[in-house]
Amino acid sequence: MSLDDSMREALDMFVTEARDLVQQLEEGILEMEGQPPGGDAVNAIFRAAHTVKGSAGLFGLSDLVSFTHVVETVLGSVREGQLPVTAGLVSALLPCVDQISSLIEGIAEGRLEPDAAQAASGARLLDGLAPFLEGGPAVAAPATAAETVATETAWHLDLRFGPDCLRNGMDPLSFLRYLSSLGEVTGVTTDTDRLPEAAAMDPETCYLGFTVDLVSAAPKGEIEAVFDFVREDSDLRITPAESSLDAYVAAIRAMPENDRIGDVLVTSGAVTEQEMAEALRVQQERAVREKTQPVPIGEILIEQGIVPRAIVDAALSKQRRTTETRSSQDTRTIRVDAGRLDKLIDLVGELVIAQSSTGVTGGGVSEAQSEVMRLVDEVRHSALSLRMVPIGTTLRRFERVVRDVCMELGKEVSLVITGGDTEMDKALVERISDPLLHLVRNSLDHGIEQAAERRRHGKSAHGTLRLNAYHDAGNIVIEVTDDGRGLDRDRILAKAVERELIAPDTVLPDTDVYNLIFEPGFSTAATVSNLSGRGVGMDVVKRNVGALRGSIEVETTRGIGTTIRIRLPLTLAIIDGFLVGVGPSSFIVPLDRVTECVELPPAQLGRECMNLRGEVLPFIRLRQLFHIPGPPARRQSVVIVEQSGQRTGLVVDNLLGELQTVIKPLGVLFSRVKCVSGSTILGNGEIALILDVGPLIADHSDREQTRQAAVTREPGALAAVGQ
Amino acid sequence: MSDPALRRFAFDDELTIVTAAEHRERLLAALGDGIGVRLDLSGISDLDTAGLQVLLLARNEGARLGLPVEFTEPSPAVAAVLELTSLEL
Repeated sequence: MSLDDSMREALDMFVTEARDLVQQLEEGILEMEGQPPGGDAVNAIFRAAHTVKGSAGLFGLSDLVSFTHVVETVLGSVREGQLPVTAGLVSALLPCVDQISSLIEGIAEGRLEPDAAQAASGARLLDGLAPFLEGGPAVAAPATAAETVATETAWHLDLRFGPDCLRNGMDPLSFLRYLSSLGEVTGVTTDTDRLPEAAAMDPETCYLGFTVDLVSAAPKGEIEAVFDFVREDSDLRITPAESSLDAYVAAIRAMPENDRIGDVLVTSGAVTEQEMAEALRVQQERAVREKTQPVPIGEILIEQGIVPRAIVDAALSKQRRTTETRSSQDTRTIRVDAGRLDKLIDLVGELVIAQSSTGVTGGGVSEAQSEVMRLVDEVRHSALSLRMVPIGTTLRRFERVVRDVCMELGKEVSLVITGGDTEMDKALVERISDPLLHLVRNSLDHGIEQAAERRRHGKSAHGTLRLNAYHDAGNIVIEVTDDGRGLDRDRILAKAVERELIAPDTVLPDTDVYNLIFEPGFSTAATVSNLSGRGVGMDVVKRNVGALRGSIEVETTRGIGTTIRIRLPLTLAIIDGFLVGVGPSSFIVPLDRVTECVELPPAQLGRECMNLRGEVLPFIRLRQLFHIPGPPARRQSVVIVEQSGQRTGLVVDNLLGELQTVIKPLGVLFSRVKCVSGSTILGNGEIALILDVGPLIADHSDREQTRQAAVTREPGALAAVGQ
Repeated sequence: MSDPALRRFAFDDELTIVTAAEHRERLLAALGDGIGVRLDLSGISDLDTAGLQVLLLARNEGARLGLPVEFTEPSPAVAAVLELTSLEL
């Protein structure tokens, strides 16, 4: 592996970690209000910012370092209790987190320095932070974290200037003079040992070395910075003097937990970031050269004379203690490449198919076979559960959205999240986030009224938006509920007539009316605000949810509020299916949609519906729908499916029973086929289509409506059929 | 207590990297006489590391050759450097 590759890898790792940290930062800042100074939350945010800065420093990402440094300084003042947490502070900090995030994304794309737009917004944001920096530590302070040891420290400086420094115009004596401006020089020793005999001496070469004892309140980085111009060819060691060791050891002991010895040492101020970077370089070079495991960083620091052993030992014991308290957590979770998980689930899918074919060909099922079946089932479950993540992280991200949107709209809305620990497939979580975002914006914009209007209607001025998630019969349900004005039935109807979606005097049940908002280009908003009207409508939300084999429904009460409910399958990979046959073809109905199976009553002429215990049940003949030739079976069955409270029958020839179905996506060629969500391979090697119940029922009732309208039936009859 | 027999050696103006090579030559030549030198430091207006090295060289070379090397009347510039570096000549 070339050095470039390993650098690239390290940088990727940095980006991954930094993204996590940025998320922690954002969540922490949102939670910061109402927290006591010095509390765990504030400490955690400060540490997150500090870690981003520190790691960025190791990669020489100076823009990220200097920007984050200012944010960290502000957070430091909050932590110290010098700066109260106000809404203004939170509002100033949040866009800074975005900026850090955007710099990191830039790095992920290979841009190590900000582009012009980023630089401009960075400068603007720093201006915004300026009021919070007054009285705090100066912004111009070099990027070190030595604030922890702010009292005077005794330093021991071992200065071996490069032989060429005189020729380069650097006089070591002037450095000695300058040091006294940083603190009190308590002792100097001049080392003349290297001065050669007169004949061999070049008067322009520097032979003298100095050791200096300095007592200074300046952080190590500042002392180090004195020698910036000569560092390259000089050998300079700046170590805490013996008398300061105890102070450092005590400072390290008092530090927050940290399992990286480098962080501990840099944060304590005993080692500067520059020294740490240098030591890491030495460590890596040596490991490459000697092809051995890297020497512990602490050993290198001691060997290079950067810190005395006592301090490294203190840091090591801190690290050990932290690791002990953390190890229990670390072993509980492990970061796995999502691609590998997908591969595993794919394989388990194949296994499920293969297993069902042994069941088909084997005739009688032996005990061993049934044991294998049980195990395969268990493997399937645990493989799928690997990809399950709590939805809470996704939901909590909306705190920020709600905050920002409310600022923009001048509304006061609090977000209440429930059911955050409900788990669902990671792939689903990612893909549901966009539709949810739209629903949340929509509720904030159109649902919840301005404070004045709310008061006029006797509601509290402060609106509430609820996000709720729960499991329900093999589905996951996510609800977006607002206590706003509710949907205006009359206006929706009027709009639908205007857009010629329905005939002027059609009578529709409420659900159908409210579902109209999912029609393309349908908006009842009187004014198109900045938030909505961005080209993404509720129809796109519905399509996206549909693409996840989910459904969406609206529940609303005028003046009280609206709930939009998204119902999704738990996973995208494998479903429990119900296999049915029509002629030579097989179809799979998702089992969670099936409510019961009945026999088709003898022919009922002309009407595609039957009497189910006194209720009118419309049905769909799959043979007709899929144009399957041949005569129907003598005794047909009806599989009754339910979608959003609407029940429909599917007329089939044979009921073939339940089976686990591995979903294989259909090719692009079939992307326009609406009623089929995928295919699967049966145990006997044949292919079965998986029916997508939602569109199937919706399409059918559409067709029914047109047919009914064509024969100009009583509107009431349609309503009855639609129930 | 200075030895009147020593060869007097005076500096004027600066003893820095600019003049160090030239003074080194002169000093070595003076020591070559085998008598020893007395260095009058009163005229040094500026002393840098290179100049300091020349003074140290004179001291070391004298010790090596077993010849007396005396330093007299340090100027304020010289005194300041000696204090800064904790050196004694």
